[in-house]
Amino acid sequence: MSIALETAAATRERVETPFRRFVSEFCESKLALFGLAVFTFIALLAILAPWIAPQNPYDLAVLDIMDGRLEPGSKSGDGTITFWLGTDDQGRDMLSGIMYGLRISLMVGAGSALLACIVGASLGLLAAYAGGKTDSAIMRVVDLQLSFPAILVALMILAFLGKSIANVVIAIVVVEWAYYARTVRGTALVERRREYIEAAQCLALPTRRILFRHLLPNCLPPLIVIGTMQVARAIALEATLSFLGLGVPITEPSLGLLIANGYEYMLSGKYWISFYPGIALLVTIVAINLVGDHLRDVLNPRLKK
Amino acid sequence: MSVYLLRRLIQAVGVVFAMSLIVFIGVFAIGDPVEILISPDADQIERERAIRALGLDLPLWQQYLVFLGKALQGDLGRSFVFNEPALQLILQRMPATLELAFAATIGAIIIGLPLGLYAGLRPDSAGSKVIMAGSILGFSLPTFWVGLMLIMVFAVQLGWLPSTGRGETVEVLGMRWSFLTWNGITHLIMPALNLALFKISLVIRLTRAGVRETMLMDYVKFARAKGLSPFRVTFVHVFKNILIPVVTVTGLEFGSTIAFSVVTESIFAWPGMGKLIIDSINVLDRPVIVAYLMIIVLMFITINLIVDLTYSLLDPRVRLEGK
Repeated sequence: MSIALETAAATRERVETPFRRFVSEFCESKLALFGLAVFTFIALLAILAPWIAPQNPYDLAVLDIMDGRLEPGSKSGDGTITFWLGTDDQGRDMLSGIMYGLRISLMVGAGSALLACIVGASLGLLAAYAGGKTDSAIMRVVDLQLSFPAILVALMILAFLGKSIANVVIAIVVVEWAYYARTVRGTALVERRREYIEAAQCLALPTRRILFRHLLPNCLPPLIVIGTMQVARAIALEATLSFLGLGVPITEPSLGLLIANGYEYMLSGKYWISFYPGIALLVTIVAINLVGDHLRDVLNPRLKK
Repeated sequence: MSVYLLRRLIQAVGVVFAMSLIVFIGVFAIGDPVEILISPDADQIERERAIRALGLDLPLWQQYLVFLGKALQGDLGRSFVFNEPALQLILQRMPATLELAFAATIGAIIIGLPLGLYAGLRPDSAGSKVIMAGSILGFSLPTFWVGLMLIMVFAVQLGWLPSTGRGETVEVLGMRWSFLTWNGITHLIMPALNLALFKISLVIRLTRAGVRETMLMDYVKFARAKGLSPFRVTFVHVFKNILIPVVTVTGLEFGSTIAFSVVTESIFAWPGMGKLIIDSINVLDRPVIVAYLMIIVLMFITINLIVDLTYSLLDPRVRLEGK
């Protein structure tokens, strides 16, 4: 009787799964939650841009060159729109421009970070699991790559391939994969000596299954931390390349290109064309970093109480 | 030691050749050199003559050997835009970049060390929390954005500093330097600060970590117990010991400072080799691109080699490990 009661009480209590523990630990930091909220807001702005932006900045029919370089808060010539953040030289509403620019920046940033993660994590897993010559070959390339700064490698690739969104993504993937590979290899080297891997090997499971179903899930925590930080880095790198005129083409302006467009007007005091896209970029990067920084504390077993 | 030196040298030479191969394949095989090197108005016969003259009819590996042979003699081709040897073009602009990179490195140490020292000695004070938060920003903010903000505030709004160019220069040893005239220094301040930003954060973090570690050491406790003044303990016993990692890392970072000057030079219109390479990529001036990449790769490998060798001199374990 009493045993039955105890088990009933136990099931009524919430079972603590690793995921729930992770969520509750993450929520402990107000700063990280704030970062997450800001980032969600920015992502929503970007996703919903075609429906909520005051103007479609690529529809030449709605642009009026007479509205060019208006100060923030001024009204358009026909009185239909108020340009809360001013207009650029083409008479484009900066607020709409930023929302559409965010779409491209986030897409390129997140997309290339994800691709780099897939490539880097697979190679890192392979290096750790195969060991020997495969391992040292892969890690040689990683070391070589990491000894050159990101901007130089990206410049090299864009100089070879030319400018386009796809090439920017390739450049970022080539720059970033090594970080993932090194991180995953480090964790996987420890994990592969565990008994569950031995058990899986004894069951004669195919290598691919052991790598991706057994080894990879146990290497995820550091991968998530690195991944978050690398999204922010990818966005910053894309903006830098676009600012230098080597990134996205002029027909698909990301935040970096918007900033570059306003640069020449800044010296004549028309700050808003560069300033507001810059703020959008800054807020996005800082928000992601706040989340990533706290994730590192939560997911690092060494810091566990 | 000599075995280690030799092995390390051979490795470095190997990397140089590997990189030359990558650059060669990247520039000459992926893009079509015929399109770029030969005028589009040329007729068929002229085209073929030009292809033969440039050696583009040879198999790729032979072309590479020709490229390599010329490169070893310092001939990396002529710029299409300036019609000057590409190597010479880059070497002309190198002093400006080196000046900027040195100013940034020195600036990072002058600003970063005291801040890091303060943050390490008083880790719980409000001041050090502000410093650490600032260093996170220094790591995560894109360089070009900070550069723009500097221009906006100090050049446009306040009008204190000039926003572009090198200002007046003085010629010493056949090279032009900005830091010898007052006007040149005012031009140097903002770009150097912009380029130094990342490194200031790095130096702050290194110094703080070093100070916190060193303060717990027995020799520091002993120095205090002996009744030495806190000033002497900090600046003689602690400071000397944290300098080694700080100086090594700043030295290692010098190469990436030169690479990142690409961004800073573009913003502040600083006439160095970084601005040259961006302009060259935009007009597809391939010989200059190749020359720049080869020079910077060589520079990087040299810096890494020097750091490694210095390490092995200071710490015998490094060179014994490989045996």
